[in-house]
Amino acid sequence: MALLQIAEPGMSAAPHQHRLAVGIDLGTTNSLVATIASGQSRVLPDDQGRMLLPSVVRYTGGEVVVGHEAQAAQTEDPRNTIVSVKRFMGRRLSDIDTTQTPYVLLDTPGMVSVDTCVGVRSPVEVSADILRTLRSRAEASLGGELVGAVITVPAYFDDAQRQATKDAAKLAGLNVLRLLNEPTAAAIAYGLDRAAHGTFAIYDLGGGTFDISILKLSRGMFEVLATAGDAALGGDDFDHRIADWLRQHWALAASSPGETRMMLARARSAKEALSSAPTTTITMTLDDGRSLTAELTREFFEQLTADLVSRSMAPVRRALRDAGVAADEIDGVVMVGGSTRMPHVRAAVGRLFGQEPLTDLDPDQVVALGAAIQADVLAGNKPAGSEGWLLLDVCPLSLGLETMGGLVEKVIPRNSTIPTARAQEFTTYKDGQSAMAIHVVQGERELVSECRSLARFELRGIPPMVAGAARIRVTFQIDADGLLSVSAREQISGVEAHIEVKPSYGLTDTQIADMLTDAYGKADSDMAVRMLREAQVDARRLVDATTAALEEDGHALLTQEEFSGVQAAVHALAEALQTEQDVQKIKLLTEALNAATANFAALRMDAGIKRALAGTRLTELQP
Amino acid sequence: MTITLSEAAARHVQKSLGKRGQGVGLRLAVKTSGCSGLAYSLEFADAAQPEDILFDSHGVTVLVDPKSLPFLDGTELDFVREGLNEGFKFNNPNVKSACGCGESFGV
Repeated sequence: MALLQIAEPGMSAAPHQHRLAVGIDLGTTNSLVATIASGQSRVLPDDQGRMLLPSVVRYTGGEVVVGHEAQAAQTEDPRNTIVSVKRFMGRRLSDIDTTQTPYVLLDTPGMVSVDTCVGVRSPVEVSADILRTLRSRAEASLGGELVGAVITVPAYFDDAQRQATKDAAKLAGLNVLRLLNEPTAAAIAYGLDRAAHGTFAIYDLGGGTFDISILKLSRGMFEVLATAGDAALGGDDFDHRIADWLRQHWALAASSPGETRMMLARARSAKEALSSAPTTTITMTLDDGRSLTAELTREFFEQLTADLVSRSMAPVRRALRDAGVAADEIDGVVMVGGSTRMPHVRAAVGRLFGQEPLTDLDPDQVVALGAAIQADVLAGNKPAGSEGWLLLDVCPLSLGLETMGGLVEKVIPRNSTIPTARAQEFTTYKDGQSAMAIHVVQGERELVSECRSLARFELRGIPPMVAGAARIRVTFQIDADGLLSVSAREQISGVEAHIEVKPSYGLTDTQIADMLTDAYGKADSDMAVRMLREAQVDARRLVDATTAALEEDGHALLTQEEFSGVQAAVHALAEALQTEQDVQKIKLLTEALNAATANFAALRMDAGIKRALAGTRLTELQP
Repeated sequence: MTITLSEAAARHVQKSLGKRGQGVGLRLAVKTSGCSGLAYSLEFADAAQPEDILFDSHGVTVLVDPKSLPFLDGTELDFVREGLNEGFKFNNPNVKSACGCGESFGV
């Protein structure tokens, strides 16, 4: 018996239930995926321990390469290596400054497309390739299929851009629980949503873009008051400054593409080093073998890049003005993006707002961490009422489906916060069963006849298999509008069926209360009926299986005496099933039949193995 | 109808409740799910529901909802150490079978 721990109210997880949900930060420069493990939000690394996935996709003749390897190929194959695809999401060709990109852009209906060596790719497809990589990373490290994902988008994304992001997720096989504004995700990661109300500034200086958002929290909801930014300001600009200085310092007239790349990489390392050390040494070997060294102090670096930092302050003031709040009215400042690690950026932000910005969480990860927290709640892993900002609604009665014997298997328990999604696996009851009726019911009682019937549908085309071999995953999903959709999918063949219902339709509060009291009053008899039905289902299955086996090879394997013994036990149980209401008697007869068939089962097993091995050489069997 | 805690379990519950800083007791429940029919749930309780049945054992309030009670009647909740693991164990006289992993059971 497993040992249990005390859970927070409503948090105890049902056994064998997978409700894996992730938060995805689909960034312009880098993307991340995070999840909640043991109550802690954490980013999932790839198999080499790297957290960030560069948002770079390279199309080659054969496969699609995503991430670090694609990034490395950027200079050698710029036309087919797509970087910063996020800038194209939901945009038309006329919205884009084509002189800045090395791609062959096409004006396709709805959205711009990129012509690559494998054909025309829309930004949605490119983003889907990034999301697919994150999805398989998450599924590999969590060991299961994802219930859904929360994907973050910039607060300024319009409907077209948001829809494009959703489409990309769909294409990648992800169920989008919700799109979440990036600044809101960052605020959630810092737990700012736990305050009653407040106004917050989110300063997001990424690799190539800068965003500032002013959020207002009231009654548990975040509202974006204003956003501003600079789409051409980011950490890369700081690297270029150092590289330019190096070129001057070493008096290099022209440098090869390889040297430029190396110089930028050195500049980046120097920048990162200066965040924790007052000075750093840069060394580089040129193509002609010359080795160069330079000493860079933090003070000088800050002078070199002071104008970049002050450039970010103008949008901040504009956002504050648009939001109608003064800098000193801000209750908290959250730092997002790797570039906010630079001490002079932090200091400048601190000066402007007159307070220390929040920097405890890794600024690269903070958005993904917040998205994961939200995904966890939306997937139904958090109890009702514990997270005010998400408590849109709860489902008042349990939702489930009918199983053999007219019993109810609850899939979504009552008081689950919606939107929510739950999945459970079922199997076939009879050999060769090709269809399964799915009867969706609502209520707290154990018997289908005592619950409210919501919908029925059938999953057809299950390939013939022995009873219990098919794996049918039934997913219940309630969206934010309270719409329930139930889908069933046979995992091996992939056949699918699906239905939508509005579960609360036509039920008043009193009716719901009555259904609940009723369930409490009848707990004893319900339990008895459930046990009886379960015993009956078990017994029936055994009778059917034994009868089939006897017909198949009973005479071949058993003596006449053994045959009649088994037959008698089958009859006794079959008869009891007709009339008997005593659980214990049915269980006793079931056990008796089990015992009577033990030898028969062993003989059948041997015969089966013999058949499988006949005519096979020993060498063919060795692994 | 009774549900009791062993002394070790009661001590541990009180310690956990103290550490948590709030909560009126311990909620035991049974859910019809899992691979062998039923599964236990063990949670802190922040408030008693009107329909709850309360038990007092070694100074700890145990809350059980009426739907779970028939499956739990006579249970003693123990706190044990097994190897490196420590946790709560249900000694439930109603249990007839359990699944391999012990997470769910049948009556």
